[in-house]
Amino acid sequence: MYNELRDYMIALFANNTRKDGRKLLDYRKPIKVEYDISPKSAEGSARVTIGKTEVIAGVKMEVGKPFPDTPNQGVLIVSAELVPLASPEFESGPPDIQAIELSRVVDRGLRESKAIDLDKLCVKEGEKVWIIFVDIYPINDSGNLFDAASLAAIAALKNAKMPKYDAKEDKIVYGEATNKKLPLNKTPISCTISKIGNYILVDPSYEEERVCDARLTVTSEKGVINAMQKGGPNSLSHEDIMKMVDISLEKAKELEKAL
Amino acid sequence: MKYEKRFSNRKFDELREMDAKVGIIERADGSAMFKIGKTIAIAAVYGPRQLHPAFLRNPQRGILRCNYNMMSFSGSGDRVKPGPSRRSREISMVIENALMPVLDLSDFPNAVIDVFIELIQTDAGTRCAGITAAAMALADSGLTMKDLVSAVSVGKVGDKIVVDLDKEEEDFEGGATDIPIAMTPRTGKITLLQLDGEISKEELDKALKASRDACNKIYGLQKKALKEKYGDKNV
Repeated sequence: MYNELRDYMIALFANNTRKDGRKLLDYRKPIKVEYDISPKSAEGSARVTIGKTEVIAGVKMEVGKPFPDTPNQGVLIVSAELVPLASPEFESGPPDIQAIELSRVVDRGLRESKAIDLDKLCVKEGEKVWIIFVDIYPINDSGNLFDAASLAAIAALKNAKMPKYDAKEDKIVYGEATNKKLPLNKTPISCTISKIGNYILVDPSYEEERVCDARLTVTSEKGVINAMQKGGPNSLSHEDIMKMVDISLEKAKELEKAL
Repeated sequence: MKYEKRFSNRKFDELREMDAKVGIIERADGSAMFKIGKTIAIAAVYGPRQLHPAFLRNPQRGILRCNYNMMSFSGSGDRVKPGPSRRSREISMVIENALMPVLDLSDFPNAVIDVFIELIQTDAGTRCAGITAAAMALADSGLTMKDLVSAVSVGKVGDKIVVDLDKEEEDFEGGATDIPIAMTPRTGKITLLQLDGEISKEELDKALKASRDACNKIYGLQKKALKEKYGDKNV
């Protein structure tokens, strides 16, 4: 369906250039993080722009029951809604597989790197713990939602302040935030590398995503890999993967600077 | 109950601080942001495009489909559950009715114009902010329009007629009446009117008059935002 577009792109890649003029290993500019974009209602929030792609994330907190197997740990819930406002290809309705994959990839990066110290979010063992909701909304999908969404999620968590909890009444006094930050120890960064033909590139535009053979999202923290997700219809070789990991660890530093 | 001075220190006919921007979403055919006080609405327009499901198609003219949604973290209390609610579906419907009178979709049989409104932060007046943003987004999409649509909530807080209620005023213990209004500013025709509370006929008359002035101010800002993108000659 996109054969001509693909051929055209590959011809450009041979000269280390892309439709928008970038080199293969360049991110779009600017990479920008704006904090506290919904300060009245959210406990924490942030807007991330990578080129024209824009994603916002907000943190809400509640007090509720822990999972039975982790009675003294807080709960982290990451959701993404691909609202049809952000792209002609998104449709209304319950989260489709694209939204589910996006939220799960972000979730695993946060969880596996132990970015949040969930032990510190226990109110009363086995009964009450803090539940942290991270909600992700693309505002404009011009490509590479994975990296923008991960960055927005960690930025919103960094921005969040614990709300006031009235233990006697067992309810949260919204609007009266404390000065306490979330117990955030790590800043996992996701970096997605795409393969189109024999070429490897970073930060795909939405057109490049259409013709992509395979992609690999690597979430890392200070050079240690915490989560990976391969996507796309075609395969990757061992060499491909090692090369992609190298690039993503390098590019993660660039993304982290925006925080 | 007496309401001597507004919580926000505004005059009774004073709008909150506003901001508007047109063309904020690259992938959309038209888009806009409208901020009034702490309420922030963004709107995107897609279309005319093919309408699904097919049974909704109208062979005479295109249809307008609006979708109002509060982001999960945009409420003042607990997290808002994602997805449509009875409230959001009704608001989407009245927004359609508020915008339809300025459009002529007879050139687009079987097609749909989709308008998506998202609230990033809410402090009352969200449907009005959504309509104001959506009207600018429709203009930005290049559709022919007879007029813009400007919207504001007016009402009665305690014993006073006020313009642009915030959440604190809506929750005033002495009683508050909230009247969201949308109008086509050049003619002053009303395209959305709802009311919750308790108010006399005379007070309603006063509130409606106040809404006209307020909408004119909003209209001024909408035009300014459109001109910022397109320059003077196209607006």
